[in-house]
Amino acid sequence: MKRESLLAALGALALVVCAWAVPWLKFVLTIALAKGIAVLGILLLLRAGQVSFGHSMFLALGAYTMAFLAPMEDEVLLLLPAAALIAAGFGLVIGLFLVRYRDIFFGMLNLAFAMVLYSLLEKLYAITKGTDGIRVAALSFAGTEPERGTQEWIVFGIALGLAILFGLLVRFYLASPMGRALAGIKTRETRLEFMGVPARRVLLFAYVLSALMGGVGGALVAMTTRHVTPQIAYWTASGELVFIAILGGAGSALGPFLGATAFELVRVYAAAAVADAWQMILGGVLLVVILFAPGGVWGLLSRRWRA
Amino acid sequence: MTEAVTRRAAMLGAGATAGSLLFAGSGAKAQGKPSELRVGITTFLSGSASVFGVPAKQAAELLFEEVNKAGGIGGVPLRPIFVDEAPGTDHLVGEFRRLVQNEGVQLIFASISSGSCLACTPLSDEMKKTTVLWDCGTQRIFEEGQHPYAFRTQGYGTPEVLAPLLYLLKHKPDFRTLAVINQDYAWGRDSWELWKSAMDVLKPGVRVVAEMFPRFGATDYSTEVTRLLAARPDVILSTSWGGDLVTLLRQSAERRLFDRSTFVLPVCEPSLPILGRTMAAGHIIGTRGDHWNNHPSPKDPARLKRFVDAYRAKYNEYPIYPCHHMAQAISATQAAYAKAIAAKGGGWPNDAELAAAFRGLTFDTPTSSITLREDGQGLEDQIVGISSFNTQYPFAVPKDMILFPAAMVSTPVGRKSVDWLKSLTPDFLSQIPAPIAG
Repeated sequence: MKRESLLAALGALALVVCAWAVPWLKFVLTIALAKGIAVLGILLLLRAGQVSFGHSMFLALGAYTMAFLAPMEDEVLLLLPAAALIAAGFGLVIGLFLVRYRDIFFGMLNLAFAMVLYSLLEKLYAITKGTDGIRVAALSFAGTEPERGTQEWIVFGIALGLAILFGLLVRFYLASPMGRALAGIKTRETRLEFMGVPARRVLLFAYVLSALMGGVGGALVAMTTRHVTPQIAYWTASGELVFIAILGGAGSALGPFLGATAFELVRVYAAAAVADAWQMILGGVLLVVILFAPGGVWGLLSRRWRA
Repeated sequence: MTEAVTRRAAMLGAGATAGSLLFAGSGAKAQGKPSELRVGITTFLSGSASVFGVPAKQAAELLFEEVNKAGGIGGVPLRPIFVDEAPGTDHLVGEFRRLVQNEGVQLIFASISSGSCLACTPLSDEMKKTTVLWDCGTQRIFEEGQHPYAFRTQGYGTPEVLAPLLYLLKHKPDFRTLAVINQDYAWGRDSWELWKSAMDVLKPGVRVVAEMFPRFGATDYSTEVTRLLAARPDVILSTSWGGDLVTLLRQSAERRLFDRSTFVLPVCEPSLPILGRTMAAGHIIGTRGDHWNNHPSPKDPARLKRFVDAYRAKYNEYPIYPCHHMAQAISATQAAYAKAIAAKGGGWPNDAELAAAFRGLTFDTPTSSITLREDGQGLEDQIVGISSFNTQYPFAVPKDMILFPAAMVSTPVGRKSVDWLKSLTPDFLSQIPAPIAG
């Protein structure tokens, strides 16, 4: 446990150093942190043995909330919670229905909702500008409008801060009785019910929390890229999040961030090295992880300590 | 054993990361004349739009080699750095930053997809890096904001839709019904809005019997074809492209839809070599510009022939319009550097001086010359014609071509396309030039 916090602190420091030494990586790392926050939500559901193949809908909700509200209200300190709340609210509404299902049905229904959202974003052309997407208007931070360089650092800082905050939150949550009950859903749900713990409510709580983190992740992506397109809700984007969860490993709250950083760096360097075959490298990395390191990057690290 | 593998893998990974990071840091910005001129090029290297992206990349490689053989630009050799735009916006804007901050590119050729262009253009403002929009067609770029560092070296949606409409009104003025079948994404919707706005004022009273937006990448159009056969429209408009268009036209040909209705296909030129004889004669075809292989009176016939022959010799296929758009971007770059270097008395221009040289620039293409307006939009002439077959080409080429001067069919600076199109009057038709001989 001590090692985990040490590693987290070292990781955060490494990210800051990287972002400082290589300016263009700051952007890539901000995106990685944002996606890491969203993948934390997937990790919660994985604890309950459930895989969501539609988690990108919460990213999209967060990102589009940002894009739609920014012209009216440019204060990030208000926009970010708004994005989180809208995603959490939506998660609560569809969660009421989704937590009745398990396994493949849970995964597929999530996928279905995400694709409905994707289609709406694409087809309501007059409102969403379709596949061309919406530009996120200029933002202000606590009343100030810093220039580009400072702003990039601020967004990076917010992402890092939120990543640490949500990482700690998830860690405490998973250690709490509510979090422990998630593992109960995975092993045997009836036992939970016999103990008087309502399994659906346990899962619903985790689902809403994961939606909230998805919304925050999406809002951060929108703040960083400053342009949102429906592609963020597409099933390949959801697949990417599950990919990151596997790559990072589900053993620790650090896993999603390790996975997201590894994913973004592999992708960006693969794209730089071989522009027309980067998908093959990414696929190769996933295969290697599945075959040789089923616990993901986190599994590799923790196994080294134990040995 | 596994332990050893793990450790080695970890070491390798760490080494690779450290190495690449070191490498990444070395891309320092050159002052004065650089040892090479790096150009970042974003294009589709995977996915369905790679039917445009890969030929354009091939054209770029061919032309960069040619320019370098002739001594580069101002004695500096060029090096293209290609980036795949298929992974989406968040990846692409990251790549844009990498190209500027790490690779140290002097300028960027951005994007086939309009979504990519809309994401990259504001970035060009922020990073003050000259960005040539080499292929995307959305009218939103220069109509919704000012972009001091972005320039589009080819036409865009409005002229590319208006020219075929004017051609139709000239060629078949008595049509009464029309159906549209476009891909279900931004361009499909945008182009229909542009067309409808202009058609409603230039020829009021046309009945739209079907508006269909099949899924992007659809492989089966039997329902749509059945509906079109039943609705019997005089004219069928489709701004679809790539594999979608090939499939639609093949399935239409099988069920003899070509015999019943006149098709208007503004973006069909890249699909014609694939369709070969399946394409029917007598339909209105466009190429997003004037660069047809059988252009009857190109400005520089020798240069056009040299480009087409060299491309065919190297890649064994005819160049399609994205190849020409790439060539235009490269020609514009050469001309802009020549202008900027001359203005600086032989010195190497910085970013602001390069952008200043692009504004108002006129450069030659094999078929014509293009001027970049004060808002950054290029004025590219449009040639539309009727599909026909001759002995020279194994696929359809236009005949009875009309050349629409760019200034006539482009939205004036400072106005929005839809508003401008709605303000046209039927008198506008009298401005249509006569067909060019050939």
